[in-house]
Amino acid sequence: MSVAASPADDAAAAAPIENPAARALMRRHRVHGWEALPWLAGIAFYFAFPDYLSFGCDLLVTILFALSLDLALGYAGIITLGHAAFFGAGAYAVGMLATYNIWTEPITGLLLAALVAGVIGFLSGMVLLRTRGLTLLMLTLCTMALLEQAANMAAAYTGGFDGLPSLPIGPVFGVFAFNPLYADTQYLFALSVLFVCFVFMRTLVYSAFGQSLTGIRENILRMHAIGSPVRRRVLICYTISAAMAGVAGGLWAQTNAYVNLSALGLDRAATVLIVLILGGYGRLYGAFIGAVVYLALEHFLAQIYPTAWQLGLGILLVFIALFARGGILGLAEALWRRYSGKLSRRLRAERAAP
Amino acid sequence: MSKRMTAAFAALVISAGVAGAPGAASAQGVKIGLILPYTGPGAELSPQMDKAIDLYQKLNAAQIKPYKLTIIKRDSKAPNGVAAKIDTQELLTQEKVDVIAGYIYSPDAIASAPVVTAGKRLAVIMNAGTAFITNLSPLYVRTSFTLWQSSYVMGEEAAKYLHAKTAVVAYTDYPPGKDALNAFKYAFEHNGGKVIDAIPAGGPEATPDFTPFFQRAKNEHPDVLFVFVPAGDQATAVVKTYAALGMKAAGTKLIGTGDIVPDNMLQGMGDNAVGLITVHHYNADLDNPQNKAFVAAWKKAYGADSTPDFTSVGAWDGIAAIVHALHATKGKIDDGAAAVKSLEGWKFASPQGPIEIDPQTRDIVMNEYLDQVYKGSDGKLHEKVLATFHNVKDQCKALAIGPCAPKK
Repeated sequence: MSVAASPADDAAAAAPIENPAARALMRRHRVHGWEALPWLAGIAFYFAFPDYLSFGCDLLVTILFALSLDLALGYAGIITLGHAAFFGAGAYAVGMLATYNIWTEPITGLLLAALVAGVIGFLSGMVLLRTRGLTLLMLTLCTMALLEQAANMAAAYTGGFDGLPSLPIGPVFGVFAFNPLYADTQYLFALSVLFVCFVFMRTLVYSAFGQSLTGIRENILRMHAIGSPVRRRVLICYTISAAMAGVAGGLWAQTNAYVNLSALGLDRAATVLIVLILGGYGRLYGAFIGAVVYLALEHFLAQIYPTAWQLGLGILLVFIALFARGGILGLAEALWRRYSGKLSRRLRAERAAP
Repeated sequence: MSKRMTAAFAALVISAGVAGAPGAASAQGVKIGLILPYTGPGAELSPQMDKAIDLYQKLNAAQIKPYKLTIIKRDSKAPNGVAAKIDTQELLTQEKVDVIAGYIYSPDAIASAPVVTAGKRLAVIMNAGTAFITNLSPLYVRTSFTLWQSSYVMGEEAAKYLHAKTAVVAYTDYPPGKDALNAFKYAFEHNGGKVIDAIPAGGPEATPDFTPFFQRAKNEHPDVLFVFVPAGDQATAVVKTYAALGMKAAGTKLIGTGDIVPDNMLQGMGDNAVGLITVHHYNADLDNPQNKAFVAAWKKAYGADSTPDFTSVGAWDGIAAIVHALHATKGKIDDGAAAVKSLEGWKFASPQGPIEIDPQTRDIVMNEYLDQVYKGSDGKLHEKVLATFHNVKDQCKALAIGPCAPKK
């Protein structure tokens, strides 16, 4: 887990810095022990719930998709409602290559998915990132709608509404075949892909590039003023985010062995947005918390109450919108601050007392 | 050694006990996993099927004995197969169901096919109508319909019965609509007609304004306008727009599959619907003893204003198929291959008339009816059968067209 260790950490080890503010800044991006928890939980899930792995795959793919959205929305502040365009592009890339038996190897398949989605992200980004606010929102939505309609009209190649069934996906490393009934191989494969993408994303957002994205989100005029190449940075970020969404889409197509129009729809784009906001955007782990809470609630409520499960989900969302604007992580952070603030005040008071 | 012998003996005793169970007094439980959209755009269709399944169990309790059916319901949510596939997988692995049933939307059955195949359990498709689905898994048996069955007959009869020379097709732009178009066109043109225009008329989710589509059709002066829309609110809009544009007076007859005159919406269409000619495998007015009993029992159970429709009959026949397979396999319905085998060539007197499962394709073979809407002496709208076409097979597979051709 030392992938994210930066040269600055080594320097800190060599020459201890006395300034507490500088030390706090260094410490901010260090790998914490608790960061292993989601991955341990992911592995534990594999052993504890072998019957739920299909749902688990869905969960991992949603986390990856939400992470990609977090890069664009949470870090660079690009307001988009059409991120499923890239998810779908990746899914259809994998699906069509597999259906026509051109390419079925899963790992390189994901790279191809990233490439296709990245190119679409780059081209559409060149146009639509010149706008901001509501115009940008509408244009991202349009991009997705155009792709969706294109996939519907090219039904001879994409299968249209019915999609491409029974994709022949090759085994991972040529050894581990995907299992349609118990999704064990799919789950471990998805977990590994998510891990690699997460490490990449974590390194990216904590790098100087990532910091400049946060600067652009917080105060774009100032970033222009200090000479930061704003438009280029935003475009690169959007392209990377699109490529990552493409990987999520490709992974979805591989683990499910089918693709259809649902990969491209507003439903998917809106769900991932809700997931991210629910967990807390711009926080890396918001995607994890949001996806787990939203999907688990949806899944198990629907199992118990097949006709009325949406009510429970709706109540949760109303609650979050009213009381926890920063999402679950934001709420946790606020509570923690209040608690630790009280604690430190009390400690200070105790110290001052004698 | 002796321990192993004991274990083997115990296993023998237990398996003998299990094998003897159906004959024993206690009822053998059979779990049926039912996958239907209880939320989302399909939510209004599911109750029609649920009611039919409940009614069958109530009326046929004697036939079901000595088995006891337990139905585990799961929501397939939006019509895209995502939830349906996970439902199928979890019903098979967690609930360990003996049979899968349901699937209103084609993508649900298409996405679930590999799981059904791997799960080795019979899966009865009770509604999904895209023709090629039964090719996707050897464990799929369909008791509903394909669009090719009704639209093909309509295409023939448009030429033969209505003596139409030209036709315009307006269809909802998704696979069942395209199936309907292709089937109608194939049959109509093989009988001397000509389809002069095919107009995609919106998607399945929302009801479009049909006026521009129908105006275009009217300007082309065809003898008939063949329309396919999903049974539901769109059907009412079709009939209304056809009347509003005065197409009847202009000499264009509106024809379609039974989806444009769904039984549970017919009364709301008013006089505009009178005289419409459609082809379908079921209408609630069908005159056969099974249907009379079925509709009477339905009205008694669910109220005089409630009417069963073709989705109800698909579910009714589906549950009857499962009960047949249960008896034919002597309770070992969890052996999917044996269950499917027992249904190949199965014949049943359904409310829609005699049906049979085609042993080659595992798809339904049934009667299609050329219907006309009329106003009865009770002031309500009814349908009368002008002609009956016996034992209609799915022509898409019979003619091996496009994706219906068996995979090499």
